[in-house]
Amino acid sequence: MLTSRTAARSLETAEIGPAIEGRSLWADARIRFFRNKAAVAGLIVLIFVALFALFGSHLTPWSNEEVDWSVLGNVEEAGRPSIATRHFFGTDALGRDLFARTVQGTQISLMVGLIGAMIAVVVGTIYGATAGYYGDRVDNIMMRIVDVLMSVPYMFVLILLLVVFGRSVLLLFVGIGLISWLDMARIARGQTLSIKNKEFVEAAHAIGVRPATIIRRHIVPNLLGVVIVYATLLVPNMIIYESFISFLGLGVQEPLTSWGALISDGASQMQYGTLWMLGFPLFFFVITLFAFFFVGDGLRDALDPKDR
Amino acid sequence: MTDAPLLQVEDLQVTFDVRPRGAWPWTPSLKLHAVGGVSFTLEKGETLGIVGESGSGKSTVARAIVNTIPASGGRILWKGQELLKMGTSERRRHRQAVQMVFQDPLAALNPRMKVGEIIAEPLITHHPETPKAEVKARVGELMERVGLLANQINRYPHEFSGGQCQRIGIARALILNPELVICDEPVSALDVSVQAQVINLLSELQRDLGISLVFIAHDLSVVKHISDRILVMYLGRVMETAGADELIDHPVHPYTRSLVSAVPIPDPVVELARVRPVLEGDLPSPLNPPSGCVFRTRCPLAQPSCAEGLPPMLQVGPGHASACPITAEEGVAATA
Repeated sequence: MLTSRTAARSLETAEIGPAIEGRSLWADARIRFFRNKAAVAGLIVLIFVALFALFGSHLTPWSNEEVDWSVLGNVEEAGRPSIATRHFFGTDALGRDLFARTVQGTQISLMVGLIGAMIAVVVGTIYGATAGYYGDRVDNIMMRIVDVLMSVPYMFVLILLLVVFGRSVLLLFVGIGLISWLDMARIARGQTLSIKNKEFVEAAHAIGVRPATIIRRHIVPNLLGVVIVYATLLVPNMIIYESFISFLGLGVQEPLTSWGALISDGASQMQYGTLWMLGFPLFFFVITLFAFFFVGDGLRDALDPKDR
Repeated sequence: MTDAPLLQVEDLQVTFDVRPRGAWPWTPSLKLHAVGGVSFTLEKGETLGIVGESGSGKSTVARAIVNTIPASGGRILWKGQELLKMGTSERRRHRQAVQMVFQDPLAALNPRMKVGEIIAEPLITHHPETPKAEVKARVGELMERVGLLANQINRYPHEFSGGQCQRIGIARALILNPELVICDEPVSALDVSVQAQVINLLSELQRDLGISLVFIAHDLSVVKHISDRILVMYLGRVMETAGADELIDHPVHPYTRSLVSAVPIPDPVVELARVRPVLEGDLPSPLNPPSGCVFRTRCPLAQPSCAEGLPPMLQVGPGHASACPITAEEGVAATA
């Protein structure tokens, strides 16, 4: 037996030493996430796209609405992507710098995606957790409201709103915000129903914790894993909705643009051989969506190791 | 108020509404009588054991007392005060005095919270003004009291074993210095060796802190070890109640007799030699309980008269009552 004095002393201090930091389930999940190479690659791509959206405008002398008169009329030749003219991604059909426009379009598209997902997380989680926790009649009424809202053909209504009230980014946000939380509310409610029958919720109830505190302290942290996974998969969906509406020409208003509008413009110019107009926005669109899906998959595997 | 017992339960009824499968919204739901007319009293510092097989309503009684399941009838008196008539906030305040320990030790702890936060939760719920340092000191003190190291305070429940988790649950139940702790099968999810540790801890704490215990289990030998008095339940009704030793040595009700005979004797010779009445069949559905005595469908001594009317609790000895008129006389003779 090893009975050196130092070993004995270290054992002694270990026993009465400072508080040991436990490893939370979140920390476990983080370690699992960073072991997943595809997810980490997706995360790096997303950081790159976000940096591009935030600081890209400082890299070019052009703004997103300035027309380069020197290329106008000869976009196929003079508007090509080139370092010399400082049009890194070329210009669009009106001689506006495509790099600046892509940066600005990325900002709008990411914002639509993130705000849509954020509304979904906040409203959907609180709504779903409340419905699920109170159950019975409250649950019935709250979820029937969701059913009614879901049965509205929102794309049709959104297009109608945009036509009637004119195109604006604000209306787009309102429209996407109104529909994005419905699915989330259902998911959060389903999770809550299974969590609220766990003994720790009953224990909290028996202790005398108030219902609102039980939801905040015991239910929401335990359904957050599923919510986060769903939110990361919701962002690309929101981006796709916005792009679809912009592709139809109903999204953001000129001179502002978004990925959908840029892709639409590029596609309409394809026959003149100016493929860069389609290629660059499409590239950002595709890699961002892929990255979100990979990150979402990685998060699901990390947060829900039982489901693999 | 000093003469009123700590807890008095009179004719407690708990019914659940059960919706038949595929029912229309307007069809009336079925009534499931989980607990039908349970009465008992608990004095300060006393331990009451409640035994019965699964589905006998013993956990439901516990949950009705802590009000996580609403009672549908009867009275629960806490030091002479009617609990079921209290308002929500009054009831919430009263909860400080009654705490509960749960069956599944890990499931009863929120996996996202640190052990220190879990143990402190009752304290910060009822006394939110307590300074943080004091909360921490109190949590550390309690962790050592229940046999955990105080430096484990920042760990998470999944980093502990089942027995340790149950100690955490006990520490949480004790932090408000309760007068009554209800243990709902606190050891049935644990290994036998750990069971003994937890039971010894509970009886030690009870002795030192002078708390009352309601100890629910389906294992009669465990209950006998810790209880002063035992209540035997079957299908939501009390079958027999007596002092712990009296009940084990002189069971009167046929159901109690079969329960007692099911406890193994740690001596193979005696064990092999003894004749034990084995109960046939399953627990009847509480949705459609038998008429009269609920036990008559499985009772070896059942007679046609058992189907008529609920048998009353008959006194067969001092502090010993049984709900079987057939064996009562013989019981009186045996105890006298």
